[in-house]
Amino acid sequence: MSGSGGRWVACRAVPADTEIRPLGRGPSIRVLPVLNDTNRFFWTSGEDGRLRFLRCDHGHYVHPPAPVCGYCLSHVLAPEAVSGRGTLHSFTVNHQQWVPGSDRYVVGLVTIDEQDDVRLLTNIVDCEEEELRIGMPVEVAFEQSEDVWLPLFRPVR
Amino acid sequence: MAASDQLHERKAVISGIGQSAVGRRLNRSDVDLTVEAALAAIEDAGLTRDDIDGISTYPGGGMGGAGFAGPTTPEVQDALRLQLNWHDGGGEGPGQIRAVFSACLAVAAGLARHVLVYRTVTESTAQGAGGRQGIAGAVGSGRGIPRFGGTFQWLLPYGAMSAANWIALVAQRRMYEYGLTREQLAQIALNGRRNAALNPKAIYRDPMTLDDYLAARMITTPLCLFDCDAPCDGSTAVIVSHADYAPDTPNPACHVNAIGTALRGRPNWDQFDDMTTMAARDAAAAMWARTDLRPTDVDVAELYDGFSILTMVWLEELGFCGKGESGAFVADGRTIALDGALPLNTSGGQLSAGRLHGFGFLHEACLQLRGQGGDRQVAGDPEIAVVANGGGPIAGSMLLTRGAG
Repeated sequence: MSGSGGRWVACRAVPADTEIRPLGRGPSIRVLPVLNDTNRFFWTSGEDGRLRFLRCDHGHYVHPPAPVCGYCLSHVLAPEAVSGRGTLHSFTVNHQQWVPGSDRYVVGLVTIDEQDDVRLLTNIVDCEEEELRIGMPVEVAFEQSEDVWLPLFRPVR
Repeated sequence: MAASDQLHERKAVISGIGQSAVGRRLNRSDVDLTVEAALAAIEDAGLTRDDIDGISTYPGGGMGGAGFAGPTTPEVQDALRLQLNWHDGGGEGPGQIRAVFSACLAVAAGLARHVLVYRTVTESTAQGAGGRQGIAGAVGSGRGIPRFGGTFQWLLPYGAMSAANWIALVAQRRMYEYGLTREQLAQIALNGRRNAALNPKAIYRDPMTLDDYLAARMITTPLCLFDCDAPCDGSTAVIVSHADYAPDTPNPACHVNAIGTALRGRPNWDQFDDMTTMAARDAAAAMWARTDLRPTDVDVAELYDGFSILTMVWLEELGFCGKGESGAFVADGRTIALDGALPLNTSGGQLSAGRLHGFGFLHEACLQLRGQGGDRQVAGDPEIAVVANGGGPIAGSMLLTRGAG
């Protein structure tokens, strides 16, 4: 399956593994995005350590990247750096070995500080499972994989 | 609602139902299973294949992982040599039963008179053949890891590989906002298993206790193995006919009272405005706006349980309890039992009866309204059933009645 055609299931479980593994930063293998002229700015933004989103000339952040602002229909959009700070909106600790050899890892949903309806699904790192709290402040921590800088998030210390 | 008698979906009935063998690793083709279900449904409706002039499915056309999509409508049309006035298939729309909705509108519009609607899965056989290993399979094959565009690019890099991960975010948020507990969530799975014991076609029929549930392997917190539905093979078919055929059906026709098709929030797993409800909120509200019936009128509820938490969401959004109150509503297990105030997922649902992907609930609702539920028949001649399909940004619901209501 490729592209955005299928919405339900990307893949299913590999055979059961009852061992409780340590908490890692993410899956053992990162499935990366296809870069194109629409999304390249986002996925390479971390090269200078800054997180960027499209912002329109009326000040709205637009994510995922789109040709028009969903709020005011402005076509004047450009990537703009944000603080990299956000709030943990929800999370799950993944145990299932979707990708063989993975530790457990935290999938988080982060709302950015600049606009409360812009969210990133991400991994929460540098955080013990017991520390995880919805509403906790987090900050971006990029992880480079090939030509992609994945925005992960860690607790603000 | 004064104009509700003019609703187009009320010009449609479900005149017949059919289901193939259902099981694990049946090693039969999707067309084979679909033909079995279709011929059963056509006969059940008192029709022959010559009467069928429309066809519809969700999704067909190779969408999703191996064993997910079921056969295309051309494959089924050709297998049965149907002569069609209307045909439709696809994976976008208000849940899996969007195929039923479009069939209702087609008969109301006079584009067809008797529409064969089916949903077929062969996910268990595909899994057994290694065809559903997805990313894991690609890693092992040495062919390299595929990259993704579209919606998946925002999910897969972080190991959020499955709807289980995406839906777990809903469950966790509900625990935070409403104090939902795993013991409450367990009631959806335990209720399903109790009912599955009375369903000869169910995948899992052995008794399950709360201790069994709490001891089960975690998939993605807070969802454990028993919060996730059971992949299976099977096909479910219904015949959607014009309501003027209802007096001639061998079995009681199930009348379509209202359908819920709305999607008002952003159509993404990660950007929806309210992560505790998602699209169920919109579909349910739209459905109730189209009928004078109220939640207290419903005799049987067949609410999607691809993951247990989705049933909890539907219970609230359909108005069977207040927002955030579904945990307390199901907590003692009695309210949702076969002899409770709101019999729920009476065949065992997808958690125990198998992931027939939405259409199992539709089939079961019709059986119950027809009084053909066998050992699991709800007492008191149920007259009104609600069917809900989908989760996350995908949702559709419908009200069915025995008699024109």
